[in-house]
Amino acid sequence: MIWAKEETMSRDEIEALQLERLKETVTRVYEKVMPYRRKMEEAGVKPADIQTLKDLSRLPFVTKQDMRDNYPFGLFAVPKDDLVRIHASSGTTGKPTVVGYTKKDLDVWTECVSRIAAMGGATSKDVAQICFGYGMFTGALGLHFGLENIGAALVPSSTGNTEKQIMYMKDFGTTLLVATPSYALRIGEVAHQMGIDPRKDLKVKIGLVGSELLTEAMRTEMHKLWGEDMLVTSNYGMSELMGPGVSGECEYLCGMHVNEDFFIPEIINPKTGEVLPPGEKGELVITCIYKEALPLIRYRTKDVTRLIYEPCKCGRTTVRMENLDGRTDDMLKIRGVNVFPSQIEEVLLGIDEIGPHYEIIVTRKNHSDILEIRVELVEPVDAYRKLEALEKKIKQKLRIVLGLDAKIRLESPNTLQRFEGKAQRVKDLRKEV
Amino acid sequence: MFIKQLSVFIENQEGRLEEVLDVLKQEEVSIISLSLADTSEYGLLRMITSNPEAGQKALKEKGFAAMLTDVLAVKLSHQVGKLQEVLSHVCKAGLNVEYMYALSNKDNEASIICKISNGDEAAELLKSKEVELYSQDDIMKIFC
Repeated sequence: MIWAKEETMSRDEIEALQLERLKETVTRVYEKVMPYRRKMEEAGVKPADIQTLKDLSRLPFVTKQDMRDNYPFGLFAVPKDDLVRIHASSGTTGKPTVVGYTKKDLDVWTECVSRIAAMGGATSKDVAQICFGYGMFTGALGLHFGLENIGAALVPSSTGNTEKQIMYMKDFGTTLLVATPSYALRIGEVAHQMGIDPRKDLKVKIGLVGSELLTEAMRTEMHKLWGEDMLVTSNYGMSELMGPGVSGECEYLCGMHVNEDFFIPEIINPKTGEVLPPGEKGELVITCIYKEALPLIRYRTKDVTRLIYEPCKCGRTTVRMENLDGRTDDMLKIRGVNVFPSQIEEVLLGIDEIGPHYEIIVTRKNHSDILEIRVELVEPVDAYRKLEALEKKIKQKLRIVLGLDAKIRLESPNTLQRFEGKAQRVKDLRKEV
Repeated sequence: MFIKQLSVFIENQEGRLEEVLDVLKQEEVSIISLSLADTSEYGLLRMITSNPEAGQKALKEKGFAAMLTDVLAVKLSHQVGKLQEVLSHVCKAGLNVEYMYALSNKDNEASIICKISNGDEAAELLKSKEVELYSQDDIMKIFC
């Protein structure tokens, strides 16, 4: 079902609306967000220079580093009093990336998520179970309000306690599942182990998966576990831009429709920053054109994709972005959580008993990601309890920063590989499924 | 009164223990007694050797986390209840045994190596109870 009329506007109509909103946003940001105004001044561009959508490319980029430099509220365009919600996600090191919303921003966010949920088949008749971790992470609350707005009955079961999740699904007659693709697979697998066949014993027929890449192999696996008739769609977003709701797949599964009246996507060459012609693959850059609190202009997502402008069979005319094809930086997605190797490094360097060399190994077992970190013990130890205490200390410090449990592997000094050039400290050994 | 135990951290990997032993062999360090538990990820190899300092130096050079630890070598005669007798003194004084392993079992002897929570206090206590402790020199004379 097509939720909003904006999804079927002609290209001219969409572009006219985008230009109007872009001009308004740039003017407002120039007036209210000093760090961005300085960037514009350095680039020699004024709000009045934005006369066509092509002029967007004259504007400077915003990066995660800018978010960090202006922590926590430096890039906000409204006074703190106007905020009604604050979320945060992982920063590359140290402090997290903070995002805020006004009342109107929350309404827009809800609208965006309602659209992508409707694209994925959600209706007011659904019982929607949200198996995303509630908290500072934007995923759970984003989907929560978007689905509630559609009129679905929400089951905010969050993550963990998988057996209980399955009990709810069975007893409440859950029809729609929100989870990361890997957790959705895990739930399906645990259900089978419990003697419950989701294909017959459960009513889940819609999977809205996100926060992590859904590969085609994973989609096939989802169908095996949950049934061939399940509609599994992926959706895209990031907290800097709003959270989930930037784009999502429709039933034709041919790319994710971008909510273009709120976001303008561009594809750039990540090395030169130059805008690439439609259809070419490169780094996705997004400009928020209808946000009050944090209207980021030309935010570099570091995600690699391509844009498809041909109208879709579903009737929507909005541009589609292909399923992501990697990152331009070294960010890892582990159990749906963004992890930067630099965050891990910072923790490890703060612990005296271990050396500066480390290796991060990510594997997948039973559809769940496993993060393992090899470190070298430089201060010899002669008691098991000291080794255990050291392991525990490293784990706790990592948990505080990453919000994830890691397995620590202590090794003798000089066992880890040394690098002369750029260090290759991350081994991502996850297979597609 | 204390003797030096050579402790080496080793990963639970094929060949790691053998590598340690090879380093000691090259250095002509003789192992008098050792202890190793079957933990899953890594282990601590604890040894009483003919030359702990030389052993530690050689192991460190080969990239092992090796250290020397003061432990007590308690001389015991091979009779029922002798170890219990020693431990009763330790327990009454509120001290804890961190680990313990056999040192020798020859003639009428069943001596042990032990690490007790407060080493100095433990040594004084055992001496006052007339429990005999081996010195590093004794160890060399008797076992090498």
